[in-house]
Parts: sequence; structure tokens; C-alpha cells
Amino acid sequence: MTQLTMAKAINEGLRRAMADDDKVLVMGEDIGKLGGVFRITDGLLDQFGAQRVVDTPLAEAGIMGTAVGLAFRGYRPVVEIQFDGFVYPAFDQIVCQVAKLHYRTRGNVKMPITIRIPWAGGVGAAEHHSESPEAYFVHTSGLRVIAVSNPQDAYVMLRQAIASDDPVVYFEPKRLYHTKGEVDLDVQLADAPPMGLARVAREGSDVTLLTYGSQVLTALDAATAAEDDGVSIEVIDLRSISPVDYRTVTASVRKTGRVVVTHEAAREAGVGAELVASVTERCFNYLEAAPQRVTGHDIPYPPAKLEKHHLPDLDRILDAVDRVMDRPNSLSGVLD
Amino acid sequence: MTHTLTPTADLATDIEDVARLLTPDGERIADPELDRWVADVDAATLRGLYRDMVLLRRIDTEGVALQRQGQLGLWPPCQGQEATQIGTARALRADDFAFPSYRETGVVYARGGKPADFVLAWRGEEHSTYNPYDINTATQQIIIGAQALHAVGYAMGVQRDGTDQVSVAYFGDGASSQGDVNEAMVFASSFRAPVVFVCTNNQWAISEPVTVQAKFPIAGRAPGFGIPSMRVDGNDVLACFAAMRWALDNARRGNGPAFIEAVTYRMGPHTTSDDPTRYRDKEEVEKWRRRDPIARVEALLRSRGEFDEAFVTSVEHDADALAAAVREAATTAKTRDPLTVLDNVYAEPHSGLAEQREWFGAYLDGFAPAAEGVRP
Repeated sequence: MTQLTMAKAINEGLRRAMADDDKVLVMGEDIGKLGGVFRITDGLLDQFGAQRVVDTPLAEAGIMGTAVGLAFRGYRPVVEIQFDGFVYPAFDQIVCQVAKLHYRTRGNVKMPITIRIPWAGGVGAAEHHSESPEAYFVHTSGLRVIAVSNPQDAYVMLRQAIASDDPVVYFEPKRLYHTKGEVDLDVQLADAPPMGLARVAREGSDVTLLTYGSQVLTALDAATAAEDDGVSIEVIDLRSISPVDYRTVTASVRKTGRVVVTHEAAREAGVGAELVASVTERCFNYLEAAPQRVTGHDIPYPPAKLEKHHLPDLDRILDAVDRVMDRPNSLSGVLD
Repeated sequence: MTHTLTPTADLATDIEDVARLLTPDGERIADPELDRWVADVDAATLRGLYRDMVLLRRIDTEGVALQRQGQLGLWPPCQGQEATQIGTARALRADDFAFPSYRETGVVYARGGKPADFVLAWRGEEHSTYNPYDINTATQQIIIGAQALHAVGYAMGVQRDGTDQVSVAYFGDGASSQGDVNEAMVFASSFRAPVVFVCTNNQWAISEPVTVQAKFPIAGRAPGFGIPSMRVDGNDVLACFAAMRWALDNARRGNGPAFIEAVTYRMGPHTTSDDPTRYRDKEEVEKWRRRDPIARVEALLRSRGEFDEAFVTSVEHDADALAAAVREAATTAKTRDPLTVLDNVYAEPHSGLAEQREWFGAYLDGFAPAAEGVRP
């Protein structure tokens, strides 16, 4: 085991994947000499050369469309979108081509493309640099969507994504880039949990708290705080948000009878809406309270000085926990 | 030099400012740039190109008829564009890779597409029938211009593999306005990718004339990206063949991309759902009818005594047989089992879809079996 930051774990994941398979290449803006604006691709150019570490023109549709062509030719491109808010020019290629080509060609053409997106807020960035666009991709059939929350998952799930014959959108939370954790760099991918499996990050008995990516640490903090208050929260790190591992989710909900979902993205038609609907369908008779969502507001991402009022923090999560526990909360008397 | 650059080319509407080897009357004329690329073209090759164009027109005629008879949901006619499609596609090597758009029926035909491949997608049975790797041709693209980037990416792969294959991006005058096509030219130029851009300027993007997309000839844009280009008579199969050989040779020798604007005309509607009488004059269509790509090759072959009755009969026979096969492919098509609608969304097992498959299968099984001879 090695102590690594999440940023370094992703870097190592890329390095190992490229060393293992010479069809793997990385492409994106500023990823060569600079090593990417977050230095995630640091050192790869020196090790693998410009044919496999491609500094592209500043055109996201162009990056994604040429990645499709490379995949046609048998390559496994790993695309870096520089920031979450820059992915939209590539949206057409992702939705109409990357996601559909395998279906369109009846399985003859595979699209083993990994789309890495530095993601979400909490880092005091300028506009368009803190967004949570995951629901667009979750809604798109043909894609797999994962979000990592710790260095070990970041390392293993990136390698699993690259090894997958399906296109994978890989969300990496910017504000967790410098969190450290133990990473087993020599783990056999076959022995590691598949990327589609959720993880019970903390066991509990009163409330199931569903989350992913950037919110996992906040959720764990909330669980710790709730414990002092006598409430036992089970935190589930979904890891994969398309597909969702409902086996793990429903087992937890049937045990606790209460569900809170939290994510940074806006509420309306977000991943939380899907989770709550699906959990309700599957566990209706087990529920003791209406499931609650703790999300970003339904607003464009706010200016950095105000982002703390947008991001769902520990207190907002605990407020929702109070709601499902039928304890005094911010809505007491408001909705009755 | 002056640092204020101004457009110097003629207007996009000038259809005579093109490189040409065959006049509309079928006279073989010299062209200093194109001649050397067709020096080896003999009567047999010319006859082959003629035959291909006649067969393509028959596929197209059959497609329109099948749609009118309710056998196809839609058909995008390519009449008038036979020389562009056949001339460029026949210049390719089998191991080159083409990325055609939905109207490039002739490219799929020339690459080895089978009768079912021309019609089953338009019937709605499949999104595509052929395996792209069997004929080194991508599924015909419907999103305007998206495939230009795929062709460049494929060419970048070819570069990394160190072979001398070339990929080809086919798109139209409308697509030339798309970001994807322009980004494709940036990537191709910056990486010197072995790709050929074939822009079929058929004058119309559904109802919008080319002048909405371009004030000056589209071929004039490529040099701005650092890409050599040629504007050819798209109704002259010999010129298209020659220009494509020039562009392919350029790419094979490691010089990167080249661009061809083939100036032609969409004689029919955009698709069978379109009504071109609402937006264009009959006179314009008639003017282009006199520039027919097939008639001029026939005239050339006649003038050289190569258009004998045996040849004509054999081409007619082949065209009849192909049309019959296309018709049979459409009319005998069997719609897939309903549960297969869930197939191939993913290459690997997917828990969400597995669950939906289980439910949908059980749901379908809940219906009584269809009576004998009754389609479910």
C-alpha cells in the first residue's frame, strides 16, 4: 500500500493503463508538457511520447469526435475535459456518437472511450469551473457514469473504465484531488470490486444516506456528527451512478427504512430524483418516512464567494436526517 | 506581401469555375492538374465507372419506388450525384476507410455494400446492417458533419499504426457550416492526418441554397486551415476520380489532408418527405439535367466506339438484377424479436438493463402466443 493523493492516484492509474496496453492514449488540452491544469497527466508525455499523450486543439467536440475515430481504429482513448463546464461543446459527439455507435452498429464497433471530467465545486473557481453535469450523462443510454471519492477507487476505477469496452464518463471531484489515502497500486483488476458496485462507506441502522463523489466525505462527516446525536447513519458511496447498484441500496433501505440522498448538482431531474423514485418503487413498504433530497439549489452555479450557500453541507444533510427521523427541523410547521 | 487578406475567388454560385476532364457533351478535355491522375484510365475502367453509375441510379430509383409503395419509411435520393460518389469511392483502396453520410448510397455500393444494406435502415429494421469492418466503411452518418471528426480520428490512428491507409470524410455543403467539420480541418491540419475531405456541394441543404452556407467557394476555405484543395465538376466522374487520386496520393505520401469540393446537384428532393417545388425553380433543375453525369460518359464511350450493344445489354441486365435484389431485400425483411431492442446498448453486462430485460421479457411472455400466420 502507498499513501497517495487522489490526483496522484489518477496519474498512476493512467500510467499503468498505458503501460499495460499500447492502444491506450490520452488526449486533451494542455495535458502534454504542462501535465494538465491539475497535473493529472504529469510525466506521461516524457514516458509515453507525443503519439500517446496528445495535446489537442482547443475544441472539445473535436477531441471527442477524433476519439471516436481512434476508437473505430481500435484505440482506447482517454479524453480529458479540462473543466466540467467545458464539456458541453462535446455533448453532441458524446450523446449521438459515443453512446450510440455500439447500438447503431449492432455491436460491431466498440467505443472504449474514457471521458475524464474534473468535476464539481468547492474550490473557489470562476464561472463554468465548478459544475455538476452528471445527470445529462446518466440520462444517456449507452454510457456508464462513475464518480470517485477516494484515491483507491480513483486508481482502480479509472483502470477498470479504461479496460471496459463501453464508454465511461469518469467524474473526479476537484476538491478531493489533494486528499490522501492508501492505494494498492498492484491490485489485480479482476480481484477489485467491479466499478458497478456500490460501497457501504459506513454502517448504520437508522437512516440510509446515498451519495457519490464529492459529497461522500461530507456525508461521512454528517454521519459522525449524527452519532453524537444518537442517530445511526449508513452511508453508501454509490461509485457508479449509471447503472446504480440497487442490490446494495435496497438492502440498506430495507434495514433502515429511511433515505436521504445528497449531491451537489441541482435538484430538478437530478440523480437524486432518480434514486428516490427507484428506491420508493422498490422499498415502499419498508419506508418509515418520505425520502429526502439534499442538493444544490436549482440555480446556475453561483459566484465563488457564495458557493458555500449552494453546496449541501453537513448541517443541511443533518436537517434532512431530522426530517426523516421526524425530529424538529427547518420544515417543522412549514409544510404541515 | 500585404497583410490584409481579401477573398479573391469567384462567388459560390459559379458552377463553371471547376476542374474538369469531361464536358457535359462528353468531350474529353485536358486539365493540367488532373490529366496525370487518369493517364492509365482505359476503356474498361471508363465502362466500369459508367456501369457503377447506372447501377447506383437504379438502386436510387428503386429506393424512391419502394418508399412510395410503403416498403420504406424514407429514402434520400442521390440522383445527379453519381459521378461524385462513384468517382471518389472507386479511387479508394479496399483498406482505406470511408465515413459517408446518409445520402452516400453510392459510396456504400462501391465499397461492397449488399442490397439489404441500401434499404433496411430506411425501412426501419436496423440503424445499419453492414459491419463497418467488413467493407471498411462507417455506418452512414445522419448527424450533419459529425463523421468528419471520426475520419480525422481514424486517420490519427492510421498514423500511429504506421500504415499508408487513408480515411475519407464525406459531407455536404450544409455540413461545411458545422463546427465539427471546421474542427476536423483544424485537427487534420495540425496533426497532418492522412484524411481526405470530400464536400459534395449539391447546391441545396434541404431548402437552403449553398449561398446561405458560403459566399465564396467552399473549397477556398481549406487553404485557410493549411489544407490543399481542389474544386471539381462533381458531375464529371473522371475529374472526381482524378481529384481523389491526387488527394489520396498526397495523404499516402505523408503530406496530410486534402480537400475536394465536388460541384454537383441534388436532382431529387432532400428525402421522399421533401417537396423541392416550394423552394427552387424547374429551370434550375432542367439546367442541371443537361449536365447529367451518366449521359456524358455514355457520349464519350460512343465517340470512342466503346458503347456497343453487348455492353449496354449487360449493364441493363446487371441493373435489373440489382434492383430486383434490392426490392427483395426490402419486401422480405423480417422485423427482429421485440426483446432484441435491448441488445447491444452496452458491450459488457449492465445491471440496469439486465433488470429491464428481465421485466420486458416476462411482460412479453404474458401475452398469448400469436395465432398461426399472424404477425405479432
